[in-house]
Amino acid sequence: MEAIEVKVMSKSFNGIKAVDCVSFNVHRGEIFGFLGPNGAGKTTTVRILTGVIKPDAGEARVMGCDIVKDTQKAKEVLGVVPETANAYPDLKAWQNMMLIASLYGIPRREAELRAATLLKEFGIYERRSSKVKGFSKGMKQRLMLCMAMISDPEVLFLDEPTSGLDIQSARLIRQKIKELKEERKTVFLTSHNMQEVNVLCDRVGIINKGKMVIIDSPENLRTRIGGSLAVEVKFDKAVDMSMLGFNPERVGDNYKIYTTEPHEVICSIVGFATLNGLKIMGLNVQSPSLEDIFVKLTGGSND
Amino acid sequence: MIRKLWAVIWKDIQMYYFKGPVIIFGVLFPLFLFLAFYIGRNLPAAFLIPGLLAMTIFFTSTSVSPVIMPWETQMRTLERLISCPIEVRTLIFGDILASFIFGACISAVPVTVGIALGVGVKSPVILAAAIFISAFCFSSLGLLFSAPPTSLVSNIMMLSAFVKFPVVFISGIFIPMEQMPGWGVAVASLSPLTYFTDLARYSIQGYAYYPIYLDFVVLLFYSALFLILAVKLHERTSAMRF
Ligand SMILES: Nc1ncnc2c1ncn2[C@@H]1O[C@H](COP(=O)(O)OP(=O)(O)OP(=O)(O)O)[C@@H](O)[C@H]1O
Ligand SMILES: [Mg+2]
Repeated sequence: MEAIEVKVMSKSFNGIKAVDCVSFNVHRGEIFGFLGPNGAGKTTTVRILTGVIKPDAGEARVMGCDIVKDTQKAKEVLGVVPETANAYPDLKAWQNMMLIASLYGIPRREAELRAATLLKEFGIYERRSSKVKGFSKGMKQRLMLCMAMISDPEVLFLDEPTSGLDIQSARLIRQKIKELKEERKTVFLTSHNMQEVNVLCDRVGIINKGKMVIIDSPENLRTRIGGSLAVEVKFDKAVDMSMLGFNPERVGDNYKIYTTEPHEVICSIVGFATLNGLKIMGLNVQSPSLEDIFVKLTGGSND
Repeated sequence: MIRKLWAVIWKDIQMYYFKGPVIIFGVLFPLFLFLAFYIGRNLPAAFLIPGLLAMTIFFTSTSVSPVIMPWETQMRTLERLISCPIEVRTLIFGDILASFIFGACISAVPVTVGIALGVGVKSPVILAAAIFISAFCFSSLGLLFSAPPTSLVSNIMMLSAFVKFPVVFISGIFIPMEQMPGWGVAVASLSPLTYFTDLARYSIQGYAYYPIYLDFVVLLFYSALFLILAVKLHERTSAMRF
């Protein structure tokens, strides 16, 4: 059984297709990265998969439970940190945890035990008796994670869990995501942070304008994109690189050339430099970053 | 199911009801509105208390209940709540019950005031039953107001005020049913509050305009109607809140 199965799912808002015939699977025990520019349909997808809104067409299952026909059962096996949702500001952190635990039908004792463990792990146990309205953004987000995890869900949806957080909070959250993988839990992670996705995710799906563009592992994505390597060079003076050929791309002071034949490119660069009396200040060969691929696949534009 | 329901009720009480201003406003607002109409008219307390009680139970039961859904939409706590395994109908029923508890508890204040003023309650059982049914009925009405899927609390407040104030004036609180013209009685008979006021007058003053059983039947009918409508409408509109 797959952890998440999505078949030709669509959802429109006032005639605008937010999600357009999207199909994909997420395997059990996998960390799946879900990328896309602003407005691509990520949050809409997460909302459908967590039973908050209904799709117009198509099917989706979470741990085998149909999210439309069997919504409550599906909700029982999943946990979610929605992109914009909040804990109750006038309730204490602890009360928020207990509220969610009751809604999942977790026995009181067990709920208290789990809440204490989670709040300690996320470093907010000392503040458990404070009202959430006094929490900082990072503390609120950590609490939202604790609330999502109190039911020990098989599948966890995280919609931009680290956006806007400081390094420590973001790191802590990433560390927890890694630990979930060790426990064979499935994580569906939406993010704009390529580095984060690159490090954490087993596979990545890129969505653009409601359509799934590609799904693969970060490594495969990097090798699949045209001219899998990037040669980056810097000269001591400004030059017209177009004479060199290879269609170089300017990145700050540097020039970047995507190629499958780095040897040829480097030889040409050296020849070009000698010919024009240029000094090479820096030269390196890098596999393209996930960001390069993302920009290439999503056209570098939003909406 | 019961546990989830209780969790919602408890959340509502902690978040919305168990707050000084809400409670004080719940007691004072009907009192002031009431005094504004009766000051200097020198009417017997036994006539005034049923009216005050009717206003209190009506205003308290419909004060906070319509605000919860738009407020939670705006504060974005609703998405967190609704992604838990809980049905919309459980949520709505919980909101109604929390409001019911608030309405029923606050209505003890005018009753106590009445007793302190020497007004006797002739039929305490009928009065208690009337308070319980009406608190439920008006709480359901409050939830009905919040069915439009807006996040603007002010819109819902306006909508509910638009219904609430006329209802108070047509329900035999300020003018007894016996003194109303025929068309007045006809209009009053449409308002559920009329039947509570009637029961309160019966319990305290000893006489009623309608037969007691009819008052109860109509209140039960309205309770069922408001409850079913509130649940059905919220089931339809809740997904539009995101
Ligand atoms: N409730 C709604 N009503 C109308 N349009 C909506 C609604 N929710 C989403 N949309 C539209 O659907 C599209 C996809 O939005 P969505 O929030 O899923 O994007 P996203 O990928 O999560 O973007 P971001 O990276 O900014 O969070 C957008 O064009 C958005 O305007
Ligand atoms: Mg989003």
